[in-house]
Amino acid sequence: MNALELRVAAVDPISPLVTRFRFEHPEGATLPPFSGGAHVVVEMPDDGILRRNAYSLISDPLDGRAYEIAVRREDTGRGGSRFMHHRVKAGDMLRVTRPINLFSLDLRARKHVLIGGGIGITPFLAQLAQLTRLQAPFELHYAARTRSEAAGLSLLPDMPQVHVHISDEGNRMDLGAILGHQPLGTHVYTCGPEGLIAAVDDTAARLGWPRGALHSEAFLAPPPGTPFAVTLASGRRIEVGPHESLLEALEAAEVPVDWSCRGGACGRCETRVAACHGRIEHNDHWLTDDEKAAQTKIMPCVSRFAGETLTLDL
Amino acid sequence: MPRTAFTPSITSRPTYAPLRPHPAAPALMLADADGAEALMELAAADPALMARAHVIYIPAGAAHGPGLRALGSAMYHEAPSFAAATERFRKALTDARMGTQLYLAGTEGLIGQATAEALAAGLPADAIQAEHRGTIARRMQCVHCKGMTEDVTTDPFTCAHCGLVLFVRDHFSRRLGAFQGVCVDAETPGILPETQEIRA
Amino acid sequence: MTISFNDETFRDDYTFHNSPAAIRRFPFPFDQDSYMYSVNLEPHAGGREGTPFQKRFDVDEHYVAEMKDRAITLADDPLRCQSLPHMELAGWDFLELVMTSKAEDYPDLFTLNRDGDRWHWINRPLGIEQRFTFLDPTTLPCGPLEYITRQTQGDHALLDQRDDNLWMEAGMITSQADWSLDFDIGMNFYEWHAPVPRAHELGVFQRALKFLLALQQGAPSRRLNWTMTVNPRLDTSPENYHKWGPEKRTITPENVGSKQHLRVELQTLWRLPRSNAIAFPIRCYLLSLEDIVSQPKWGRRLHRVLRDLPDELAEYKGFAVNRPMIVDYLSRFDDGAPTSPGIFPD
Repeated sequence: MNALELRVAAVDPISPLVTRFRFEHPEGATLPPFSGGAHVVVEMPDDGILRRNAYSLISDPLDGRAYEIAVRREDTGRGGSRFMHHRVKAGDMLRVTRPINLFSLDLRARKHVLIGGGIGITPFLAQLAQLTRLQAPFELHYAARTRSEAAGLSLLPDMPQVHVHISDEGNRMDLGAILGHQPLGTHVYTCGPEGLIAAVDDTAARLGWPRGALHSEAFLAPPPGTPFAVTLASGRRIEVGPHESLLEALEAAEVPVDWSCRGGACGRCETRVAACHGRIEHNDHWLTDDEKAAQTKIMPCVSRFAGETLTLDL
Repeated sequence: MPRTAFTPSITSRPTYAPLRPHPAAPALMLADADGAEALMELAAADPALMARAHVIYIPAGAAHGPGLRALGSAMYHEAPSFAAATERFRKALTDARMGTQLYLAGTEGLIGQATAEALAAGLPADAIQAEHRGTIARRMQCVHCKGMTEDVTTDPFTCAHCGLVLFVRDHFSRRLGAFQGVCVDAETPGILPETQEIRA
Repeated sequence: MTISFNDETFRDDYTFHNSPAAIRRFPFPFDQDSYMYSVNLEPHAGGREGTPFQKRFDVDEHYVAEMKDRAITLADDPLRCQSLPHMELAGWDFLELVMTSKAEDYPDLFTLNRDGDRWHWINRPLGIEQRFTFLDPTTLPCGPLEYITRQTQGDHALLDQRDDNLWMEAGMITSQADWSLDFDIGMNFYEWHAPVPRAHELGVFQRALKFLLALQQGAPSRRLNWTMTVNPRLDTSPENYHKWGPEKRTITPENVGSKQHLRVELQTLWRLPRSNAIAFPIRCYLLSLEDIVSQPKWGRRLHRVLRDLPDELAEYKGFAVNRPMIVDYLSRFDDGAPTSPGIFPD
């Protein structure tokens, strides 16, 4: 994989749940620039399991001195964020992929409207820096139920284009008002809980917005689940643990699978299914509904299986 | 005049679906000649649509003007040509907000030019609907001199600007709102294929 | 300098020629005795010493003459270089990629000194020295894409990525195999490939697009494409077809060996960092039939490929009218012996 060995330069807790990590090149070399919305995949050697989690870059895309990410601790997750919070210290060396962007700005836009909720603010932080540099018109709306849940608040710069909506303070975000009067050529980007993305899509559809002007980060962490097993073309059996993804189990067994986002969005790890007796739990945003129903393809980065046998074309 | 049935072609050749009303969104409508019939069918499908519509119509000799005006759109304007309507159309695009639907109906020349204007104004391509009615004449760009020839009905045809005899291609540019014409006798100057009516 | 640059022309008197070394390093595109479209992409991560695959941007003996020819074409038709407004950032990305690659790969020819955003570029073969501020277009004589592609062999298209598609929205196209940037700019991947026969049905474009959408920074790809050209002409544009078209009918059994050229495109694909666009350089190499048959393996193989090619492809590639004469000429160099695998000469 196309990765860089980087040194952890700083670990800064910015809220009880969110910690910021800063990575620098060990010899002080300049890191490749990137575009706002890009993520990197961080490799975590966690007691014999090599975890790989994707995190949005939050630093200025043109500042080659460092990459920064913000990690929210997910106590019920598979363990990647706990590893970052509890095990990673300043001075450690970690392998980090080169930036990949599945959530880039549409640079044709006459105006950009960024709508974030919860930790879904992270891709917008780099985009803010990029838009400011490009002198492109934009507005950002950040919504949370309470101020204490607004994990990204302390990461947001104080700018007139940044609007914070805290519903417990009587300041609930009004999507109809935000989307109702935007000039032609406006693009909208949403990142946060599924409910927020669905609410933006519904409001925009009601107001006649075309789909092509709406963008969302449909990126997800692989969910934990019940253990299952898959069979390879060779007949070999691979067991997948509850806090492990199928992709991680294949990697641990040294079965080569191509991958990029590890979040069900990019399509790179698409794997053909030779036989399926049971039900594939498709958690990805890549396969179409028809493809999911056919059960002939699986995205091992996020999807799981329940049933008798699942034979992969690997 | 009914909708035109086009023969299958390459992927850059535009296709046209019947207009469908979008509920609750502001509407900008532009039609020429028999395209008026498509707008009237659209209004019949959703009578509430016209109250939010700005209609610009180029009759080009057709007699649909009074019927179209009678639909009671919020704004109605007749123009003698697309060129004459262009500034008004641009102003309407400048004033429009996201959510506005553009409905185009009539000839490929009108649809192509209006689409190019709307895209340049920032209207997303998927906010534009177009339905073809009337003549299958094409708007062609000469790839050599870059001049546009309107209402091309034969293949080959003579470029109205540079005089080269051009072959009619199905390759279409949305940005230019035109098909591509390429010199038909470049390799054998003066030896021309027989002239045919272009196909739909 | 390590490379001796040819004094040659690609129009009028056509003094273009390949040295013996240039013939041996020609990127012959056929790895077997037949041809059909395929998604023949591979990593562009170096290659055999001395071949055009070795360096990121190949510079060869034709460099100076090709840049002169480009300047002539642009003076005649400035629309050959265009960039839609949102593609300027991609233009800077590409300028950086070319300048840093060439300065590292050819330190005797090119030098780049960087002090923050203040850059100092020296191009010795073309006698250019430029101080400018990176990302500030007012400090260059023209836009970043035009500036760097007036100094880089091959055509160059910049593709914006959105809506799960690629959109060709900037380019410098002066040595194309008969397609028009001015007409195609703004089209998506399927639209600009629309005129290509057969490949759509084969699913070639769906697979290629899927691959390209996932292209990553620092991991460029490459492929070879080919066509046939009468005379060593770079500007085989549709714009000038009425000017060069008559030359296609000047092939005779006596001159086919020297006039008919195999035209190969070394296409590379690069993810650009700041814009997330893709750069698509299309580098053109020309070799006459008589130079091709100097390598017996190539003479045999080209004969078999062209003899057996479906008519539709010969038509699309524009040499159907000359195919009998070409095949007849090449048949004299095909003794029926087997050919070795791979593209390189024996």
